[in-house]
Amino acid sequence: MSELPGDLQYTSDHEWLRREDDGSVTVGITDHAQSALGDLVYVELPEVNQEVEAGGDMAVVESVKAASDVYAPIGGTVVAVNEALSDDPEAINNDPYGDGWIVKLEPGGDEGELLSPDAYQALLDDIDS
Amino acid sequence: MTKKTPLFDQHVAAGARIVDFGGWDMPLHYGSQKEEHYAVRQHAGVFDVSHMTIVDLAGERARDFLRYLLANDVAKLTASGKALYTCMLNEQGGVIDDLIVYFVDNTHYRLVVNAATREKDLAWLRKQAGEFDVKVSERAELAMLAVQGPRAREIAAPCIESEFRDAALGLKPFHGMDAGDWFVARTGYTGEDGWEVVLPAAEAPKLWDRLLAAGVRPCGLGARDTLRLEAAMNLYGNDMDETVSPLESGLGWTVAWEPADRDFIGRTALEKQRAEGDTRRFVGLLLEDKGVLRDHQRVVVDGVGEGEITSGGFSPTIGRSIALARVPAGDYGSAQVDIRGKLLNVRIVKVPFVRNGEIRIDV
Repeated sequence: MSELPGDLQYTSDHEWLRREDDGSVTVGITDHAQSALGDLVYVELPEVNQEVEAGGDMAVVESVKAASDVYAPIGGTVVAVNEALSDDPEAINNDPYGDGWIVKLEPGGDEGELLSPDAYQALLDDIDS
Repeated sequence: MTKKTPLFDQHVAAGARIVDFGGWDMPLHYGSQKEEHYAVRQHAGVFDVSHMTIVDLAGERARDFLRYLLANDVAKLTASGKALYTCMLNEQGGVIDDLIVYFVDNTHYRLVVNAATREKDLAWLRKQAGEFDVKVSERAELAMLAVQGPRAREIAAPCIESEFRDAALGLKPFHGMDAGDWFVARTGYTGEDGWEVVLPAAEAPKLWDRLLAAGVRPCGLGARDTLRLEAAMNLYGNDMDETVSPLESGLGWTVAWEPADRDFIGRTALEKQRAEGDTRRFVGLLLEDKGVLRDHQRVVVDGVGEGEITSGGFSPTIGRSIALARVPAGDYGSAQVDIRGKLLNVRIVKVPFVRNGEIRIDV
C-alpha cells in the first residue's frame, strides 16, 4: 500500500482535496478508489460555474466495470474542470493525486466531514482488515 | 462461506482482486481488466471457469431425455465430442438456463451449466430425468480452464499429453475429445479461438502455472464479461431469465423447430409466441456519444417504443460503449438511451460487435 500524500484532506467516500494558494480547492478520487474501480473509460464533468452542495453529486467516473458518483466534499462553485480527462480518463488511474484531478471549487457554504491523512489511513486499514 | 476453486492460491499469487460471484471466490481481474481483454483478442489468456457446473448424464434413454428437456435438438449430434449450445426452458417458454451439451454416445452426455443456477438446474434435471431413468451426476471434482485467443491453442498444445496432442490440435470448432483424464474442447465465451479444458482438480494448478510460464495472461471475470459482450454472447441472468423466451433473447437460432413432432418442454408456449409474431427483438447498440451504456438503462426507439438494455458496457476493442437490448418489434430508425436523465444517441447494429480480433460493425 502506497503512502498517502500528507498535504491533502480526504473523505470517507475516497475523495481527496487540496487547498491551493489562490483559495481554490482541487478535488479528485484517491488511489484506493481508482484501484477499486479499475480501468476508467469515461468521466462526466460538471459545468464551470455550477454550484454544488457538500455531499451532492458533482461528477461521475465510469470504469469498464461500473459507474460511480463523485460527491462534492465541500459546498461551493465549480471554477475549473479537468477537460483532459475526456480524452484520457485513465489519467485518474495513472496519477490520481496529480494529472487525475477532477474539479476545482471556489469554497462557499458548508464544509462536509473531512479527514486528515491519518484518519483516512485508519479508514483504509479498517477496510483491509 | 464462499467456495474456492482449485486455483484459488494461483489467483492470489497472480495478484487477483477476488470477488464473490454466485457464492464463489473468483478473480475479477489481476490488475488491468483492459490489458487482459486485449491479451485475449491479440494473443492468449486463461480463465479459471471451475465454478461452472459439469453434469454427466447416463442412461439407455439419455438421448430421448435431452430431446424432451432442451429446446435445441441433440439428435443433431452424431460424432463423439460434438457440442451443442441450447436453452433449457420451463413450460412457459422461459429460460431456466443456457448450457452446452457434449455428445459422448447415445447413452452418455455431458452438460456444462452456469454456476449461479446450479441448484435449480440440478433440481430441474433430476425432476425431469426420473421418468427417463437417466442418472444425473454432478462432477464437482473436476476443474475447468478456458485458454482463449488467436495463439491459445498453439501455446497450450505442449501441455496436452503427446499421444493426444495432434488430435486436439485437429479439433474443429465446437468439437471436443477425451485426452486421458482430460476433456479438451474447441469452445469458449470470448469470440476468439481456443480450448476449454476439463481436468481433475489436483492437476489444474500445474496446467495453470505452465500456461502462465508460456506467456498466457491470467484473465478474470471482468475481461470475460467485456469479451463476451463484444462477441454478443448472452449472459444468463442479464440477457435472459425465466421471464423471457429465447425468441426475445436473440436465441431463436438455438430452437430446433424441426422435426415438428418432437415434443420439448416449452414448445407449445414458443409456438404460440412465434405465431403471434410481435415478440420483442434482441438488438445490439453502439453509443454515438461519449459515455457508457449500462444494464437496465431505458432505450427509446423512435416510432416503435421503449425497451431496456440487458447488458451494457465499454468495448475495449472498439473504444466506445456497446450494449445488448430488448426492444419492441418494428422498423428501427433512430434510437436513444436514457443515461442519468439525458437521452444520448445510439445506433442499432447487427451483432456480433467483434469476432476473431476484428471489429464487425461500422464505427
